[in-house]
Amino acid sequence: MISFSFDGKVYTAQEGDTLAAALLRNGIGLVGRSFKYHRPRGIMTAGVEEPNALVTVGEGGRTEPNTRATDVFVYEGLVAKSQNRWPNLSFDIGSVFGLAAPALSAGFYYKTFFGSAKKWMFYEYFIRKAAGLGNAPTSSDPDRFSQRAAFCDVLVVGAGPAGMQAALEAAESGKRVILVEQDNILGPSLIRDGQEQDADWINATAARIRAANGLILTRTTASGYWEHDLVTLTQRLSEPGQVPQNNVAQRLWHVRAGQVILATGSIERPMAFAHNDRPGVMLSQAVRSYVRRFGVVPGKRVVIATNNDDAYKTAQALKEAGAQIVAVLDARPAPAGANSGHRVYNNATPLSTKGARHCLKNVSALVDGATLEWDADLLAVSGGFTPVVHLHMQAGGTLDWNADAQAFVPAASRQNVTTIGGAAEPQPIFKMASVAKPKKSFIDFQNDVTLSDVDLAWAEGYRSVEHLKRYTTLGMATDQGKLSNMAALGRLAEKQGVAIPEAGLTTFRPPYTPVTMGLLAGAGAKDAGAHVRRLALYDLHAAKNPIWQPLGYWFRPRAYPISGESLAQAALREAKAVRNNVGMTDVSTLAKFEVSGPDAAAFLEIICATTVSKLAVGRGRYTFMLREDGFVFDDGTVWRLDENRYLLTSSTGGADRMATHISYVRQYLCPHLRVSAVNVQEHYAGIAIAGPKAKAVLTTLIGEEPPRHMSTVPAVIAGVPVIILAASYSGERAFEIYIAASEAATVWAACEAEVMHIDGALYGLEAMEFLRIEKGHLVVGGEVDGRMTPHDLALDKMLNKAGGYIGASGLARPALAETGRRQLVGLEALEGDIPEGAMLVPNEGASPQGHVSAAAFRIIEGGSVALGQLADGFSRHDEILIASSPTRGQKARVRIVAPHFYDPAGERYRD
Amino acid sequence: MMLIPCPHCGPRAQSEFVYERTVDSVVPLDAPTDEAMTKLFTRNNPRGVDDEIWRHTYGCRAWMVVTRHRVTNEISECRAIGPEALP
Repeated sequence: MISFSFDGKVYTAQEGDTLAAALLRNGIGLVGRSFKYHRPRGIMTAGVEEPNALVTVGEGGRTEPNTRATDVFVYEGLVAKSQNRWPNLSFDIGSVFGLAAPALSAGFYYKTFFGSAKKWMFYEYFIRKAAGLGNAPTSSDPDRFSQRAAFCDVLVVGAGPAGMQAALEAAESGKRVILVEQDNILGPSLIRDGQEQDADWINATAARIRAANGLILTRTTASGYWEHDLVTLTQRLSEPGQVPQNNVAQRLWHVRAGQVILATGSIERPMAFAHNDRPGVMLSQAVRSYVRRFGVVPGKRVVIATNNDDAYKTAQALKEAGAQIVAVLDARPAPAGANSGHRVYNNATPLSTKGARHCLKNVSALVDGATLEWDADLLAVSGGFTPVVHLHMQAGGTLDWNADAQAFVPAASRQNVTTIGGAAEPQPIFKMASVAKPKKSFIDFQNDVTLSDVDLAWAEGYRSVEHLKRYTTLGMATDQGKLSNMAALGRLAEKQGVAIPEAGLTTFRPPYTPVTMGLLAGAGAKDAGAHVRRLALYDLHAAKNPIWQPLGYWFRPRAYPISGESLAQAALREAKAVRNNVGMTDVSTLAKFEVSGPDAAAFLEIICATTVSKLAVGRGRYTFMLREDGFVFDDGTVWRLDENRYLLTSSTGGADRMATHISYVRQYLCPHLRVSAVNVQEHYAGIAIAGPKAKAVLTTLIGEEPPRHMSTVPAVIAGVPVIILAASYSGERAFEIYIAASEAATVWAACEAEVMHIDGALYGLEAMEFLRIEKGHLVVGGEVDGRMTPHDLALDKMLNKAGGYIGASGLARPALAETGRRQLVGLEALEGDIPEGAMLVPNEGASPQGHVSAAAFRIIEGGSVALGQLADGFSRHDEILIASSPTRGQKARVRIVAPHFYDPAGERYRD
Repeated sequence: MMLIPCPHCGPRAQSEFVYERTVDSVVPLDAPTDEAMTKLFTRNNPRGVDDEIWRHTYGCRAWMVVTRHRVTNEISECRAIGPEALP
């Protein structure tokens, strides 16, 4: 015996029970309240198609709302709660919506809550509270979700008799087989329908499949069929809310199959009649499952309504279990059911039900034109069978109409997939007459859509099945219309006066049953959501306990605070050290490419919009790159290391993009060039040393006169070969030292000793930002925001006059030369501090004419300065504007100036 | 997820590849402005077979042209490009 709780009360269940079986075993008929009208609902099915019995299972981070009670197996200590009711299940205030049902018909929200968006926001709050499903847990899931890839020759979906037989044959013919079954036992339909000895066949067959190296996965749903025979499986290793044994709650399989066999069976259809949603109205096969598989008899006095032979098996099972079959309502004319031994009424269709204490009490039916009534506590209905064609359709297949079964069956397949068994050949049924009284005749139980809603949508002009679906929300609940779509389609076809196949179908989309988001994330959740790359010098930085900042894939030190400094204090101290003395920083993350070969210069002049070929060996220059449409997309420096060997640097954040771009140009556009372009971003670590004393530090380090500004030499520091680039981002005389990453720590230590010897400082990204803003240097992602041309950034004088670079033809578009474009400017605060991201306006409330892309302070003198983009900014120097940021609640009066606040002539680069 | 027959590595999952663009929308280096802009902004979107440039980024890193039916995803050809594939 297993104990579990439902709505706080403890019950017992048998081993192997689903929660639904356990609830029925304990005589609980009322399990939930419906989505819209809060109508009392019970258990209708015994499978994943269950629309009514949705419960919240588990506690804390393991809480799983909207779990079908038919799709969770009871374990010791299971905690389940009913949903969508207040204050409790049997007395629910929301059920007054049911009284207002005529007003809440199809399109109610569209018709009622139009008007301003504000009004809707107000209404929505109350609607969301009243309608809906369970509540999502607020704490994070403590369990892990794993993912696995697999390959097989034959994937069989569904372990019914057909599926097991197919898997057996494939496995014993030497094929690699995977057999999946969403239930926790094999052959659940055979247990429901077969003889006692069939259990032995199931066990023997499973053993033979395993002996032939077949893999059998139970509690595993083939949830999606994708391109080229890839099928995703969702495997439950623990039940909803259960503590998993090996810490892994679920596993997502990506199975690439040579061939897929679908033995997915069919889903029984309900019938449409008034109050057909009452607890006590169940599907016939579901009743049979509870009786024969679980040993639970869901009613004592039973009426059966059917249009086929299958329901007689249910009548027989119930009778054997001791229930009384009050009547069998067979829609077919005599002699159908004549020899069944039950009291059969032919030409009989159910009309309505009555209830007491939320459960079924009375069934009425139309029999040969007369209305008859029976007292009953269970009504088992069978309206036919809908083949489960979801995977076949997801794979791009087509359907045929099977008139005998009144059902769609798989026809042509686009992929290597075949359907067998009940899904291919559903049982024949009798086509029933149109329902005359559509009110309260539910077809979509989960979204509370009735036949009269379909009628209303039709009357209001909704003709297409896709429109009908969206207007009535039919088939849009978590069950995705597994029970409802065929009923709606039938009604629509009737209205259109066409056969069902002509009424059209909605699209079958994965997943077949709901999938937990955590499973799709797998291990890539929380801190593993994005990968982190560590700097080669990570340990050296971490020992100094810096403030870290993400940049590209990396975390880089933002500042190195000492003795309780704030970020701003530390950054200002570091920046002052660079301006007055010397500072050093790690620049390893910059994108770096080594381009070599006889055509290296020609190749670089395609990538870069500036000239390259005129560079002398040992010299370098600033450069920038354009997109094909003429906008600047990155910048950096290019250095001629040797006759046919260049080093190109570009931004950290754009590194991958630049690597792809260079590769595309080389491989696709210029395969004929004699050039090799290698990404050496992580091969080299980089250290920048900047400040008035940087040259002295370098001289000591390399034992010779360092190169002049924009020159490069190879050198040796602490016995390690390095490349020295005399380049500056800070505005001071500066050097970048590139070292093989594996040797970086040695060189860093040597540099740090020299820098600290003369009381220099380490500096981080924040100080670097202060320095480069003051100097007016650009940053990709800031000033270079994908909307700026070289002209907008005042770079046009550097363009290669000969053209031939990527983006040259895009740049020639006349619109890019028109007035009114935003252009790079400097901003100097007259009052207040300039807020970053602020808009530039002539007066409060005016339309923005530009924006602030980066703001900082003058490092030595103080005072707020910024870089911005302003319409026609080049010709508006000395104008006064307001930099206003309503989101930050800050503003400043600013003067437009040239974007160089420090050493505009570049005198500090000279020795 | 498609199975793309990389000419260097054999059939591999689509997740190893990155899509670049269709062959139609390649802007030749010497294209005049009008042609370049047409290539970039007025692209074909055929309901049928198209030649697409993909890169086996998380594999051999090579570029290739994949001939794919854009409705059925049927891949009829996948050919290598780049200096090594020059005639």
